[in-house]
Amino acid sequence: MKQFDELSLLEIVDEVKDGDLIGIPADYSGVPMMFTKELIKKGVKDLKLYCLPLTTIQGDMLIGSGCVSEIEAAAVTLGEFGLAPRFSEAVEAGHILIKDSTCPALHAQLQATEKSVPFMPLRGVIGSDIQKYRKDWQVIENPMKCSGHKNEPILLLPAVQLDVLIFHAPCVDKNGNIQIGRRRELATLTHASKKVFVTTEQILDIDFFDNELSAATCLPALYVDGISVVENGAWPCALPSVYGQDNDEIKKYSIAAKTQKGFEEYMQNYLFN
Amino acid sequence: MIELKREELLISQLADLLVNDKHIAVGAASPIPGAAALLAKEEAKLQNNRIRVTILHSNKYNNFTDGARELFDCAAQGRIDTFFLGGVQIDGEANINLVGTGSYTKIQKRFPGSFGSALMYFVVPQIILFREEHSPRTLVDKVDFISAPGFSDENIYRPGGPKFLLTNRALFKFNKQKKRFCLLKIYNNESIENIIKLTGFKFDVDDKITNMSIPDQTRVDILRNKISYMVSEFYPEFANRIWGI
Repeated sequence: MKQFDELSLLEIVDEVKDGDLIGIPADYSGVPMMFTKELIKKGVKDLKLYCLPLTTIQGDMLIGSGCVSEIEAAAVTLGEFGLAPRFSEAVEAGHILIKDSTCPALHAQLQATEKSVPFMPLRGVIGSDIQKYRKDWQVIENPMKCSGHKNEPILLLPAVQLDVLIFHAPCVDKNGNIQIGRRRELATLTHASKKVFVTTEQILDIDFFDNELSAATCLPALYVDGISVVENGAWPCALPSVYGQDNDEIKKYSIAAKTQKGFEEYMQNYLFN
Repeated sequence: MIELKREELLISQLADLLVNDKHIAVGAASPIPGAAALLAKEEAKLQNNRIRVTILHSNKYNNFTDGARELFDCAAQGRIDTFFLGGVQIDGEANINLVGTGSYTKIQKRFPGSFGSALMYFVVPQIILFREEHSPRTLVDKVDFISAPGFSDENIYRPGGPKFLLTNRALFKFNKQKKRFCLLKIYNNESIENIIKLTGFKFDVDDKITNMSIPDQTRVDILRNKISYMVSEFYPEFANRIWGI
């Protein structure tokens, strides 16, 4: 029997429900843009984006398309191409709820779920306005007698479990093991998600576990619910070690999306041509 | 006299602050700090010294293999000597704001967000604040939102914090005891009066205030012939704008 489920892209899209808390990989970890395109076409609503730890064009497009009600992130930006215009406008108009965070907190909340513990401590952050506005975070005094500093205030973050995660990977082996290279945050996201789907450039007729190097850089198939082959699936974002970001396209988007009208014209072309 | 771009002067000035480091890390949206770190590393090599550089947005100039959290774990372990932070606003007590202007619940202009600043500012011994625009709207009396505070109460774990602030007009040093910046260097065509006018917070002026140093030909050659190409791997737009590559 085949060791994994090969799905169509639309079958993966159907696994995302209105209101889901969905994992969003950073621009360097394999952004599933072809999937995002189909998700927007489907007209999904009220998504809660959990960014690890930031999002670029993927989050901005979902927000501009009215698919998002809430976002937890350390940053939303188009990087060298400036602010994420649909995100900024949506926050300024109060159309979406932003749960401002900081990168290590977003990692730690998922790491708590990885370990199946209810919370994770983190140093720093205390005294910032990030902490002030996060009513779901707590500060306690270090209860340990043998580690850390006595009477030290320390921040506790709740474990967060994602409903669903989709990311794009360079390749998958014949048993459904996913090559993630050094992008280990994809493993953290995966471990903390109820359902995980992967789009990939190709399925190879090899076994990553035959070789120590490839075994060490893969995500085992046991965590993954379905895989779909989607060539050029991260475009216009980069796919590390396979292709770079399409700077011309991101620039084009950054200019068009400055207004909602320009964004809608861009999307009409992006989604249907 | 070598014709220098403003960005090259800033890279050179930052590189001067990195000579004693063992490991420098560079985060998001930081082409000038990235170039400065690589320049410091190349110059250290020539002196038979070793500086490690981790550029987060580079695949090549990056020492990490354990995913995006490794930067923060590594910093918390005390293995990063210098990191750079910016800000939409920076105030006189070195609080930084990367979130937006106006009140948080009714924000006027929203910016990307706090990134990793709320941990890095606490744990990296030398944080260099870098903000090119030197104006009363960027250097303010009080920030509208504190992404990361400039100082903390005594009982908070805080081995790290602000050391310098560099803008396209001046270099300040932060005095932790006085919670106040002190003006160290200004660009050649600047006056102290003008800096006071363009700075939204009050600051001290060092007795030995000097002009910014100009890089010598050797440094400029390394920057243009070597570092520029390295930078183009992770900030192609910047490398193209400054060096036409």
